[in-house]
Amino acid sequence: MVKRVWGRAGWGGLALLGACALAQVAWARGETLNALWLITAAVCIYLIAYRFYAAWIAARVLTIDATRATPGERLNNGRDFMPTNRWVVFGHHFAAIAGPGPLVGPMLAAQFGYLPGTLWILIGAVLGGAVQDMVTLFFSTRRNGRSLGQMARDEIGAIGGTAALIGTFMIMIILIAVLGLVVVNAMKHSPWGTATVAATIPIAMLVGVYMRYLRPGRVLEASVLGVLLLLASVGLGGWVDHHPVLAPLFDHEGLPLAFCIIGYGFAAAVLPVWLLLAPRDYLSTFMKLGTVLLLAIAILLLRPQIHMPAVTPFIDGTGPIFGGKLFPFVFITIACGAISGFHALIASGTTPKLISSEGDIRMIGYGAMLLESFVAIMAMIAATVLEPGVYFAINSPAGVVGKEALDAVNTISGWGYEVTVAQMQHLADAMGESTLFARTGGAPSLAVGMASIFGSVFGEHLLALWYHFAIMFEAIFILTTLDAGTRVGRFMLQDMLGNLHPKLGATSYTPSVILTSALVVAGWGYFLYIGVIDPNGGVNILWPLFGIANQMLAAIALSVATGILVKSGRLQFAWITALPLTWLLAITSAAAYEKTFSDDIRVGFFAAANDLAHKLSAGLLPPEKAAVAPQLIFNQQLDAWLTLFFVAMLWIVVMDMLLMCWRSVRGKAVLPSSETAYVATRL
Amino acid sequence: MQWLKQCWERIRQLSGDDAYDRYLAHYAEQHADLPEAGPPLSRAAFFRQWQDQKWKGIKRCC
Repeated sequence: MVKRVWGRAGWGGLALLGACALAQVAWARGETLNALWLITAAVCIYLIAYRFYAAWIAARVLTIDATRATPGERLNNGRDFMPTNRWVVFGHHFAAIAGPGPLVGPMLAAQFGYLPGTLWILIGAVLGGAVQDMVTLFFSTRRNGRSLGQMARDEIGAIGGTAALIGTFMIMIILIAVLGLVVVNAMKHSPWGTATVAATIPIAMLVGVYMRYLRPGRVLEASVLGVLLLLASVGLGGWVDHHPVLAPLFDHEGLPLAFCIIGYGFAAAVLPVWLLLAPRDYLSTFMKLGTVLLLAIAILLLRPQIHMPAVTPFIDGTGPIFGGKLFPFVFITIACGAISGFHALIASGTTPKLISSEGDIRMIGYGAMLLESFVAIMAMIAATVLEPGVYFAINSPAGVVGKEALDAVNTISGWGYEVTVAQMQHLADAMGESTLFARTGGAPSLAVGMASIFGSVFGEHLLALWYHFAIMFEAIFILTTLDAGTRVGRFMLQDMLGNLHPKLGATSYTPSVILTSALVVAGWGYFLYIGVIDPNGGVNILWPLFGIANQMLAAIALSVATGILVKSGRLQFAWITALPLTWLLAITSAAAYEKTFSDDIRVGFFAAANDLAHKLSAGLLPPEKAAVAPQLIFNQQLDAWLTLFFVAMLWIVVMDMLLMCWRSVRGKAVLPSSETAYVATRL
Repeated sequence: MQWLKQCWERIRQLSGDDAYDRYLAHYAEQHADLPEAGPPLSRAAFFRQWQDQKWKGIKRCC
């Protein structure tokens, strides 16, 4: 009894603290706000949501049954099916879902100010993303770890299954292209950065050889060796940067770097996994977990002030980093960190096969997403601790603010965000870069933000090392996503082509491997190439496209979940997934409409294509722009059709699901549930 | 001390460092008594299979 009273008082106090912190975040209009308020508000909201909402969903809606044997127990084969300790599964799941997305999205969305993005990260994760992950994980666990596509086919129908498959493939292509662009922009004219990123390739190969031949299976030994070498490579990059002969070898424009990435992607997809992909993944996982932890500690120790205003005037759609109004674009820009459809692919398939008890599903599904959301909050803090003038100078493409430093500084200062050429040059010198103007894509500004936080806590004189450490950290797991994504794209394509000609579907048939890898690489390579030659920075086009694709996948996952809830007689609870689904439908449709039909040439794809065509025919373009204009026009039109395709796909799946629900409620025949029968656990 | 040891176990499990030990345990428990069972895989052979299999599906996300 006493314990219960104390428990209630504790949760009540936590709720009060969270409310105060959130009020401070939302209504503070002073010069600056301490980042600790953001952290406090976020942590209180996560704890309360986890303790009450997630627990309620687990107990009442899903009726999780800890006495039921999981697929890991029933189908234990000592490899992919294996009951595993909950903390280990949590670690695997978190490492799989958290990639560069939650770092880049908030970095870009900070152009609206810190408040809109922060609120969406918190609310979106608690009511949307974490629910999606947990519910998908639960349904897949009850279906022997079936994938999202299979569940869509089994439970809703063939249309949903096909849409999920095509959606996954397309999102992979766009995702890899935009991530490739982020890395290219981080390495552009940065010998230090380029040398460090290049060094990660032989390091990964060395680790691969070590794990396969020198000391087979000694993963930890090899990883420690690799991480030490990676840290050394940051120092080595600094040495290269000051070397008169070597530095020019690593100093390149965007285009040659893009071709290097494309060539690398092809090689990584064709080479055996043990040589490059698997060892790189170990290293990136260790770096990711370590750096996220370090950043959290540094933010807590430093308690930095946030300099970005709560809301900027750019909510009207005139923002320099990407065009478009607050609604719907903040919700499209921040996908990972709030809700990410991609997670549903991890939550169905890999993770359910490892779970040892259904009782762990809340912690793994809901909890891991909350942690990813927290990573997004930290990225938002790293973006907004920068002076707004500096933030905009780094992230605004030259096509918007002007190519010359003085033009850029005047434009940005004209918006009311003071910044000077000397200030930017001083910052660039401190970071060991030649310039920080127009370094779009989010990685350089994240690295500047992280370096200034780490620098204040662990020593100012190491700023350049911290900056390039951050660049290496981002690049290594972007490249892991790129390798892994290309390979998955290849398998999916082989699977599809296998229906046409069986030999093409054989994953070990070399001509098919080369052909399908080349097709997948050509797919994302095309978008990467266009992104690099686009004077407006490419991010303005590719990131929203990625956001729309990712939210479409989330909507498919939520449709599957809603369909299963209704079918299994839980109509009164179906709102837990139907609510985020409705919101996703609204934002995705609104964003797709704007991206296709807006008259603003920085928003509408067709408007941009028409504008460029008009300027080209009128001879208004300088020769170097006129040369690439036809490609840009074609690309804008292609992007418009792609957007329409995504949104059409989304509505088809939702309609299919609604039809199925209607039939189910009316008592007509629907596909039977594919849930496996109850077996009692013996663990 | 017990706690440190447990942490170390978790880290080994998370990274896959003990995958072969777990395979051997699984093998001894499930397969060793069966008449058709051969000897268990060597560490190198097991690790090859394990790694190739791990990268068949979607393992990494945005």
